[in-house]
Amino acid sequence: MHMADALISPAVGGTMWVVTAGLIAYCARKLKRTMNDNLVPMMGVLGAFIFAAQMINFSIPGTGSSGHLGGGLILSVLLGPHAAFLVIASVLTVQALFFADGGLLALGCNIFNLGFFPAFIAYPFIYRLIVRGEYGTVRHVARQTPDKWPLGNRRGAWVAAIVAAVVGLQLGAFSVVLETKASGISELPFGTFVLLMQPIHLAIGIVEGLATAAVVAFVARARPEAVDAAPVAMENKTHVRPVLIGLAIAALVIGGAISWFASTHPDGLEWSIAKVTGKEKFSGSSDAVHQKLAAVQKKTAFLPDYGFKSAEAKNAPVENGAAEAEKWPTVTAGTSVAGIVGGLITLVLACLVGFALKAHRTKL
Amino acid sequence: MGLANWIEIGRMDELARLDTPVHRIDARVKIITSIAFIVAVMSFPRYEISALTPYFLYPLVLVFLGRIPLGCIMRKMLVAAPFALAIGVFNPIFDRAPAVVINSFVISGGWLSFASIILRFLLTVGTALTLVACTGMYRLAGGLERIGLPRIFVVQLLFLYRYLFVIADEGSRMMCSLELRTCGPMGLTRHVYGSLVGHLLLRSMARAERIYRAMVARGFSGEIKIMRQTSLQSADWVFLLGWMAFFVAARRWNLAAGLGSLVMGGGS
Repeated sequence: MHMADALISPAVGGTMWVVTAGLIAYCARKLKRTMNDNLVPMMGVLGAFIFAAQMINFSIPGTGSSGHLGGGLILSVLLGPHAAFLVIASVLTVQALFFADGGLLALGCNIFNLGFFPAFIAYPFIYRLIVRGEYGTVRHVARQTPDKWPLGNRRGAWVAAIVAAVVGLQLGAFSVVLETKASGISELPFGTFVLLMQPIHLAIGIVEGLATAAVVAFVARARPEAVDAAPVAMENKTHVRPVLIGLAIAALVIGGAISWFASTHPDGLEWSIAKVTGKEKFSGSSDAVHQKLAAVQKKTAFLPDYGFKSAEAKNAPVENGAAEAEKWPTVTAGTSVAGIVGGLITLVLACLVGFALKAHRTKL
Repeated sequence: MGLANWIEIGRMDELARLDTPVHRIDARVKIITSIAFIVAVMSFPRYEISALTPYFLYPLVLVFLGRIPLGCIMRKMLVAAPFALAIGVFNPIFDRAPAVVINSFVISGGWLSFASIILRFLLTVGTALTLVACTGMYRLAGGLERIGLPRIFVVQLLFLYRYLFVIADEGSRMMCSLELRTCGPMGLTRHVYGSLVGHLLLRSMARAERIYRAMVARGFSGEIKIMRQTSLQSADWVFLLGWMAFFVAARRWNLAAGLGSLVMGGGS
């Protein structure tokens, strides 16, 4: 579910960066106030544990497939949402930097999708609601019965883990769809994309929930005092306000990004919605085409020696006549041929510069 | 996430210890330049191809000047490719409107944007990997802290990175002993999985506790001191401003098309 840079526009990536940075700052401030010193190494090591645990797969009976721990939920259970969010953010940062898993621009989106939903939605509002108790964590359940979870609670914890993991991942997957559509680089229609993402992540969510519950159940059974000793930095009350603020900001920002892109890129989200609802009329299209053509003309003015100038004029009426948003090519033959030739030359030049530098270095 | 990946990470660390002009550039400067690079690349309209090509100069210069083996970066990019490709491959299916006609050869908009996605992928992922390879985690974290990330998050990054290998080792040892005790390759049942990963978790937590005690014994008071680096040198400024100017120029004008039309104009 890691989004790649190649599918994100700077507007979406940048705004999600801002949202995520705000959340990180919020969690950091929160932790600074409540945290014990020994949470510092614990967070680091548990982050490393998530990495290691993701190497270990278990088989799902009857399907031939396998699954592993996701991370967000179990970290929330062990550390509380604020510390968990920071750990997830650090895990995703290392994945982006060292494994090229998700990109730098998409990092904000990825942290939000995989960190915010499990830690601030699924855990406080689902997991803890189902696993009832003073805290709702394993800690509490374990304290009640030092040797074993009572049957009711135990089943409750399994259900809680699965439902929470599923909801967290569904929200995350939907958020991926929204961010990708708002970026307007992928051509995948909204409906198809949703139908593609949600069922897959339903399966992944169930598996993650099973894995989380299996691990939590084992630890609570084997060494309840270990879970109890985990430095949980959490308060009794769940704060709804930061969640609402975070969601509101994200909604505003995504909404803003979508509307902005809808005007310049008519075949973004609006196009797919129009496709879904069956309405083919699209009002913003001609505006966008004009803007685009103006941009092309500006470029043409800069490069007077164009090879295929007439092609542009030929394309223009076709574009204006097209009501549907998908028919507004921005690349005319004139730009493209020069572009292909120039692009190839540039690539060769870039490589040559690189090699020259390398040769220079090795000589030194 | 196989074992080979971990070895590759170790390789990145080795590369980061080299001493080249690129390695000596301040981490902050490299981070900011690389982010500006990615934003510039991604800000192009979706059908853009040729104007993206000048941007290859930046990662290539870093790779060659930093003496980073290109193959190492390529291999890691290959691992990351599936998501971008999986989503991008739908573009030719859903966008069949003809976009470019060269003589009688028609290219649809979908293929153009697909090619554009691949180019963007190569540029952005390649740059991110190169940035890490020529900076290293420790200098990177120091740079991030000085840019203004919360201290606690930077410390978390450093801790995570420090114990990544340790815990991964622990995990692979457990997997190894499990494999030795079972006949042939066998999937883990949920029960075994729970106890295996649960034990790994317990060990990790016990380790964290030991680390904490060791840190306290050495005077840890809840704050980790990160060594400050020197201030920005003139080379850093040249690097930053030079590349920024290049990115802006390449964003403003299609350098590749300009070159192409210059060549074609001169030829005919």
